[in-house]
Amino acid sequence: MSFMHIGKDFTPPDVEGKVTGDAKYVEDFQPEGLVYARLLTSPMPSGRVVAIDASEALRMDGVLGMITAEDLPPSTAPANPMLASEDVTYVGQPILAIAAISDEIAENALDKIRVDFEHRPFVTDPLESLVEGGPNAYPDGNVLQQSNSLADENATIRGGFGTIKWPANEIQRLRNGEEPRGVDFAGGWTYGDLEGAFAESKVIIEESFVTAGTPHHCMEPRSAMAYWENGKCYFYGSTQSQSAVNESLAAMLGIEPENLCLISENTGGGFGSKGRSYPIMGVCGHFARLLNRPVQLRITREEEFYIGVARPGMQGWIKIGVRADGTVAAVDVIIISDGGPTGRNSASSSAQHISVVYTPSAMRLRNIPVFTNTTPRGAQRGPGQNEMSAALAPIMDQAARQLGMDRVAFRRVNAPNNESLVYEYQGPVTSAYLAEALDKASEMFNWQQRESQPRQRDGSKVRGIGVGLGYHSAGGSGYDGLVRIDPNGKIYLHSGVGNLGTYSYAGTVRAAAEVLQCRWENCEIVSGNTDRHLPHSSTQGGSNTIFTHTRANWVAAEDAVMKLKEIAAAEFGGSVADYSIGDERVFKTQDSSQGMSYGEAAAKAIELGGKYSGQEYPDDIHPITRRAVEGLAGTGLIGVAKDNLPKRGIAPGLTVGMAEVEIDLETGKYQILDYVGVSDCGTVIHPQGLSQQINGGAVWGFGMAATERHVYDPQNALPANLGFYQAKLPTMLDVPAEMKNAGVDIADPDNPAGGRGVGEPSQGCAVAAVTSAIADALDGHLFNRVPVTADMIVNHAAEIEQESKLLALNTF
Amino acid sequence: MSPKLSRRRFIKGVIFSSAAAASGAGYYLATAQSNSNAVVERLLSLNINGRNRLVDVAPTETLAFTLRNKLGLTGLKVACNRGECGACTVLLDDVANYSCSLLTHSIKQKAITTVEGLRAADGSLSAVQQAFVEELAPQCGFCTPGQVMSATALLRANPNPSREQARQALAGNLCRCGAYDHYLNGVMRASELLS
Repeated sequence: MSFMHIGKDFTPPDVEGKVTGDAKYVEDFQPEGLVYARLLTSPMPSGRVVAIDASEALRMDGVLGMITAEDLPPSTAPANPMLASEDVTYVGQPILAIAAISDEIAENALDKIRVDFEHRPFVTDPLESLVEGGPNAYPDGNVLQQSNSLADENATIRGGFGTIKWPANEIQRLRNGEEPRGVDFAGGWTYGDLEGAFAESKVIIEESFVTAGTPHHCMEPRSAMAYWENGKCYFYGSTQSQSAVNESLAAMLGIEPENLCLISENTGGGFGSKGRSYPIMGVCGHFARLLNRPVQLRITREEEFYIGVARPGMQGWIKIGVRADGTVAAVDVIIISDGGPTGRNSASSSAQHISVVYTPSAMRLRNIPVFTNTTPRGAQRGPGQNEMSAALAPIMDQAARQLGMDRVAFRRVNAPNNESLVYEYQGPVTSAYLAEALDKASEMFNWQQRESQPRQRDGSKVRGIGVGLGYHSAGGSGYDGLVRIDPNGKIYLHSGVGNLGTYSYAGTVRAAAEVLQCRWENCEIVSGNTDRHLPHSSTQGGSNTIFTHTRANWVAAEDAVMKLKEIAAAEFGGSVADYSIGDERVFKTQDSSQGMSYGEAAAKAIELGGKYSGQEYPDDIHPITRRAVEGLAGTGLIGVAKDNLPKRGIAPGLTVGMAEVEIDLETGKYQILDYVGVSDCGTVIHPQGLSQQINGGAVWGFGMAATERHVYDPQNALPANLGFYQAKLPTMLDVPAEMKNAGVDIADPDNPAGGRGVGEPSQGCAVAAVTSAIADALDGHLFNRVPVTADMIVNHAAEIEQESKLLALNTF
Repeated sequence: MSPKLSRRRFIKGVIFSSAAAASGAGYYLATAQSNSNAVVERLLSLNINGRNRLVDVAPTETLAFTLRNKLGLTGLKVACNRGECGACTVLLDDVANYSCSLLTHSIKQKAITTVEGLRAADGSLSAVQQAFVEELAPQCGFCTPGQVMSATALLRANPNPSREQARQALAGNLCRCGAYDHYLNGVMRASELLS
């Protein structure tokens, strides 16, 4: 199919502001009368606030007030509170905020406040809490008992406390890579005949594994600024969405969504951490109401690390059965998640990753989310899938080797296709071309030639190559699209998708321009401020916007085209079937002189009123979209619709990564020499944007493989790595000087624009390619720990025991 | 109370540790350990983007703070405030510097260039800015002003760098989105635009 806009590069309207410094982020808005709030955070990992004495601070010149948990709606543990009081659960947890006329005075005032705490026991490693007699992170239990489906990783956790303890010898069995016996779990799922599938396996592998939790490290700390006017809150936030955040933030502030104007023009990175409203947004909004002044709450780099909602670590065991032909028969997996104080975990997503990329005939997940007194946990790029991908790749390589199969060929025979059934409920996919992605990557990387070469040794240096697979569900449905044509013929494309820098807020509205067959120069994107009449949109996360919002924009533009044709038919006679569009005109197909411009049709729409100019609208659109249409009514021709297009199953975002690494066995340092990333992303919507996601995701993968992790001092539960360089994200020198990427570019049939998203799995395939390559360089050695640090490699090369206790988490 | 020792607190500690500070109109008595009677003039004349700007600056103030909060030059970003990330990079006499880690009083007569000062008089983008747009170099954009300034410093010193030289020159600018490849493409394209 030939497209006018889709598949072509364009310059998103916000790029110029980013290179000139004109782009505004939260901290760049400084209205008159602004006051500065600073947080006082907990110095201890677990306890209760007994008393706060701020009298001296509040007497200081320039100090305007304080907000504590008492000023806020009550919060019930284990929910993540705006400010803590009854349950202080981690070092760095916000206890109160103080506001002053300058940042410096506010900071000085914090030093004058005295807080008395009651101490409680604490724990930083899930297995240390799971063992009989081990401490619990909360007085009421050590495990989150979830009442919602494990399958919905974006669900708000609704659950309470439970207590699960295992005998010490069963914990030790898990550490040793053996299945624990006769122990309790909090949840899980199963499908197929597990026992029968293991019975028909030729190769069976059993391993334990551990993956570290990781901070998001968004470059923009999640700052906020708010003020109130006549009961309406104007909130400047760093978010991944307009509408997805609007409702939850309004609820946090105790107001109706129509009384909240959320301004979020640019967001300095989110990666899952800003998908919905988060606690300090509530602190800022309530504080501004309390003081009746504009309040800016700037979060420091250290605080950004503390308040986290980071990726949970996991400790687990896996048993894999593979048939003689290389097909994976059975997978049995146990995942103990480090839920931090929120219990948030991605165990089901981790297991679903396996069910999609290796399509086993039978599978079982058993899991426990364990509370620890570490940073709160939430969604991070490919939550569950990517860390599982990292741990799994070298283990699957070993299965291939034992069968004598090439590692890529092994993945190819298990790759999902259009007929595959996935997840615990064994449902269909919209389409899947992972085998084609493997073929393309192999060709670009020259896999066969490189794999056939003997592993090069150069002094202390040794090379290896690896292959990794990434997956994330990549698309939803049911959101709304909204377009407007004004009487001058200008076309306004409204988007409630957040602006994180993936440019999908802009890429997806090009689907509407495609349907309207209009010039891109004549379109204006309307976004960034809920008062600008934005439709109900998904969060800009979950790799979903490309699929979800090209569909929503498509149906809204189709609605506009239908209205254009109806208006023309009323003017020139005949039925809508007699009319076509082109060159921003609607005209009789048989006689193009009988027609009118889009601008003339928009003027007619205003005259006609009703559905044509937004006085009436479909019953099924979301209340947020209804308000947006009501705000636009009478200003032009309105195209608005809910995406009710068919969606036959999971829309999978699938990726392949191939990497070559060179390891120095004397220093343990390794370099990634070469990387190729290929995505099964459906139709390529925006080539430069796709390249950014594949390469950027790969950089994340390199960090996860090598250097990023949480470390806590077990004696005091103090975080040991607060900055960028301690849980180090890759620099330009840590990645190859040039990286190659491509898309398979086969349309997904359930999207008229053809695309699926790949932002998240682009990390998963890269980290897996690196862990696979490291194992390859070391004769198949399994560390079963991610990240693989220089220390671990040196210890292995020296044939000495690793320093970390087996399966220990939050450790060096 | 808070366990952290921020850079700001560290500076405060150094400046105030042995002294009582008194302030007067336009003057600030700063008492460093080595010079307990030094008087620092607060009103500084700074050469910023080709213009002299008079600004009232406390002795503890970082250049990033002065530029953002006193002069409204919010293009540079403060992402770590401790010299780790480069989002606050500006040029001092055409050399890239982290403005979060410089006290404004230490700048003296150096010419300061921020990202706002790169456009030509007719408003057109600089070669680096234009190339970054064409290569879609930024993602979230928070590190971009710093990347632009480091690339500008490189090309002013060496208009025809190799890709490896560009990689070294931008290595002090972190990008969490991982847009490194696109930034490097942007530097190489800017070099072509200049030649």
